[in-house]
Amino acid sequence: MKAEELVGKVYAPFTVDVEKGRLRLFAKAIGESNPVYLDDDAARKAGYASLPAPPTFAFSIAMDAEQPFKVLEDLGVDKTRSMHGEQIFDYIEPICAGDTVTGVQRVVETFEKKGGAMRFIVTETLLKNQHTRPVANLRTVIIVRQG
Amino acid sequence: MSIRFADIAVGDSIPELAKPPIDRTQLALFAGASGDHNPIHLDDEQARSGGLPGVIAHGMLSMAFLGQVLTGWVPQSAVRSFSARFTAMAFPGDTITCKGVVTAKSEENGEMVVDLDLSAVNQDGKQTLAGSARIALPA
Repeated sequence: MKAEELVGKVYAPFTVDVEKGRLRLFAKAIGESNPVYLDDDAARKAGYASLPAPPTFAFSIAMDAEQPFKVLEDLGVDKTRSMHGEQIFDYIEPICAGDTVTGVQRVVETFEKKGGAMRFIVTETLLKNQHTRPVANLRTVIIVRQG
Repeated sequence: MSIRFADIAVGDSIPELAKPPIDRTQLALFAGASGDHNPIHLDDEQARSGGLPGVIAHGMLSMAFLGQVLTGWVPQSAVRSFSARFTAMAFPGDTITCKGVVTAKSEENGEMVVDLDLSAVNQDGKQTLAGSARIALPA
């Protein structure tokens, strides 16, 4: 499929449970020592329902559903020819352990640079929680080497 | 002690975050924690077959560090938006330092907000991430 034909495509919704153990592992992996991300009591004192997902964890929610690779599959492009070029998050409400998050990804735009050597594909993924309230919007730029 | 909008000026730097060197254990933990299981972050042989010198760090690991420079400065609930462009690769052994500078102050949707330019640099001063963030602060 041509990249231009993908613009406007909306992928099937995906749903991911945000687990407390996973958030603790994420905190450990990035060397996080702030108790808000590790300790339930500290999180509640800071106003969260449970451990909050750190700012970039919203991308891992999409990753769990292998969502960032859907456009590559549609284009018939091997993952090894692609790079994550840019990631943008808009935050609406906290995502916390115990939440069930549903996302819908759509292809926003595509363009080439460097005389067609690089193809850029931009998608947006709106995440909502189990109360159907929007929690975050992700804008993801994937770059495909075409040379 | 909370940071107030009135106390911040354009050009102010936020406290830097110097991370310990990235090691392979961290990449393995981050692969599991982040859901990015791409072998180019775990297996030298597979990384080399993809044309890399060896395993590279996840770009989103460095972006997570950049997130920590924000959440070390203000509560996460104050972060309205956060973005980063991946400008260079990071490798095991690299030491990443995250920085932020206030570039603008304004009022948006009834909130006082500051905009930051963010940067992650390695031990040689090479930028690995160029980012920005918008933070809401009490007046």
